[in-house]
Amino acid sequence: MTTLKYQTVIIGGGVAGMAAATELHKSGSKVVLIEGNKKLGGQVNNWYKVFPNFRPASEIVNSLSTNLLKDKIPVLLETSITHIESNSGNYILKSNQGQVIEAETVLLATGFNTFDPSGKEEYGYGIYPNVLTSVELEQRLKTNTNGISPKRIALVHCVGSRDEKVNRLHCSKVCCVSAVKQAIELKEFYPNAEIICLYMDLRMYDNGFEELYRDAQLQHNIKFIRGRLSECALNIEKDLVLKIQDTLAGLPMKLTVDQLILMVGKEAHQLPQFDESIIIEKASHGFIKPADSHLNPNTTSQPGIFCCGTTSGPKTIQETISDARSASLAVCDYLNKK
Amino acid sequence: MNDIEKNVWRKYQKNIADDNYFFVRSCIRQNFFPASEQAFLKIMRNVLGKNVIEDPKHTTCAGIGYHSDVVTFDTLQTIMGRHFSLMTEAGIKNVAISCVTSFGLYSEVLETWKHFPKELEKTRDYLYKATGRTFEIPENIAHCSDIIYKFRNEIAQKATRKLVNAETGEPLSIVDHIGCHYSKIFPEYGEGGAEFPQVLTGMVSAWGGNSVDYPERRHCCGFGFRQYLVQANRGYSVSNTYKKLVSMEPYKPDFIVSNCPGCTMFMDKWQYTISEMEHKTFGDGNQGVPVLTYEEMAGLILGYNPWDLGLQMHQVSVEPLLKKMGIPYDESLKFADKNGHKSSVPFQPSYIL
Repeated sequence: MTTLKYQTVIIGGGVAGMAAATELHKSGSKVVLIEGNKKLGGQVNNWYKVFPNFRPASEIVNSLSTNLLKDKIPVLLETSITHIESNSGNYILKSNQGQVIEAETVLLATGFNTFDPSGKEEYGYGIYPNVLTSVELEQRLKTNTNGISPKRIALVHCVGSRDEKVNRLHCSKVCCVSAVKQAIELKEFYPNAEIICLYMDLRMYDNGFEELYRDAQLQHNIKFIRGRLSECALNIEKDLVLKIQDTLAGLPMKLTVDQLILMVGKEAHQLPQFDESIIIEKASHGFIKPADSHLNPNTTSQPGIFCCGTTSGPKTIQETISDARSASLAVCDYLNKK
Repeated sequence: MNDIEKNVWRKYQKNIADDNYFFVRSCIRQNFFPASEQAFLKIMRNVLGKNVIEDPKHTTCAGIGYHSDVVTFDTLQTIMGRHFSLMTEAGIKNVAISCVTSFGLYSEVLETWKHFPKELEKTRDYLYKATGRTFEIPENIAHCSDIIYKFRNEIAQKATRKLVNAETGEPLSIVDHIGCHYSKIFPEYGEGGAEFPQVLTGMVSAWGGNSVDYPERRHCCGFGFRQYLVQANRGYSVSNTYKKLVSMEPYKPDFIVSNCPGCTMFMDKWQYTISEMEHKTFGDGNQGVPVLTYEEMAGLILGYNPWDLGLQMHQVSVEPLLKKMGIPYDESLKFADKNGHKSSVPFQPSYIL
């Protein structure tokens, strides 16, 4: 079998992988982008609109993939890297399609998975049909198929984030503002419905986030309760009865809702299998640990293997694209010195 | 319950021994529902033909003392070690535990020993120095309700009646209440886990009844040690029971079944308290909702005499339920001893008839 040779193999065709491929190509690196799914875009394909400006998510994916097409950057779809081994300073990658690829550097852009809330049975996911994840809600908003006429909807923040019980201590960073965005979208969809966010903290740290949160309260009458959900059950009318601890008032409360949205957190995506000689250190939250989080955020513990985007932890789309461009500089620097 | 609800429990399957059990009794049940443990032994030995060994040297597990900060964890572990020593002496490797509090504590102690082997060493040392005893760790521990659940289909085959309304033929509506310490501490120790426990609903379904879910199904019964042990806190205890009874009211349950000594007692007796405090009654004709143990439920379908099952010990009268199920009983023998000698009749409450 012929071995394909590239300077850089990028694993993962989400927004990070696409942005990095374009930048590396511009720098003259011979690069290939590998994506396990049928199309490029990764998790952003699952989103309808993005915060804070309600831009259609497809615009971002289309823009990045158009650049790839324009530059004729090779892309292997429906291809997963199953094994990586080192070979005289280079890397040999084997795919599920039988390809063997030799590369001087590997850029991991494998992204994230969303937390599966079915393990938190008390939230009723997978048990009651009107309990959805934030990702499923995006799909319904996208296709206009939410299919209910709710009087009240609750969005629960931090599902699978900052939760010791499920061994997820990290903050997923984008769920707070995603919830505010989805609450506004739901209010626009159902103007007469009461929309309630049950939050732990509201981390409105980036440009436009605080304004969006303020807008949600003043213009859309979204209610924010600092409260933790302890249990979801059905009453005899088949409404969802939520038991909540109002952590500001220090009191338990009950809320009857028609739909419950779980703002699921981000967790590390599985990496390809590495040869024993390759050591990629991971941080306590399971994402890749950069060699130096301040000065070399895209360098891993293994020379020649780099990471970008949410492979090293939760990020917004904007941060992901910036991080991917930063990674491409790190890769170029490595190739130049080699 | 929808299909998904019915199946969520399946990921929590526990291993329950087939035979040869060392039976450890419950302090509360021996006082308040003494015939339930007797019914368990009768079903195990006479109906299922199983070997169940008891030892009169078995003592309290000290759970109530432990949960009220009177007994230390070291003492608790040593008491449990002594129980395992009795089991070892009897040549048995499986423990059948009558009490949910004890079951939670046996689970807690075994998990502690698994994760902190030095605690086990220390316990062995304490027990040996105090009594000269040694012990083996059991191969299997199960709550007695687990064991009845395991053999529910065999019991159904030998039953003389089902959990149905004799007049209409409709299944009885039954709500279950699982003791918190059965599966909320270690969901994997409970049959069906903590959120959708199967241990009692499995029996109800196998014996022809209709198990009803309701919003406060998982809520504490009100037994909570720190609630009832301190007299000033008993209002919390009553409030919890009240919350559960109000929540299940729209489903019109024919009876409540529980696997926990304290839950059975409080959900039964607090109905009287609530009726006196609030003039609020539950159930058909303001007669209250009977609260049965799972052995009493099993005994009724196996055709046991209701008074031999100790149903006269309940605060809420069970006669309306017996009538509904078409179970014959002799009212005049309700408060009679085994020889038919009648004892005095308890005071009748004002609101629950």
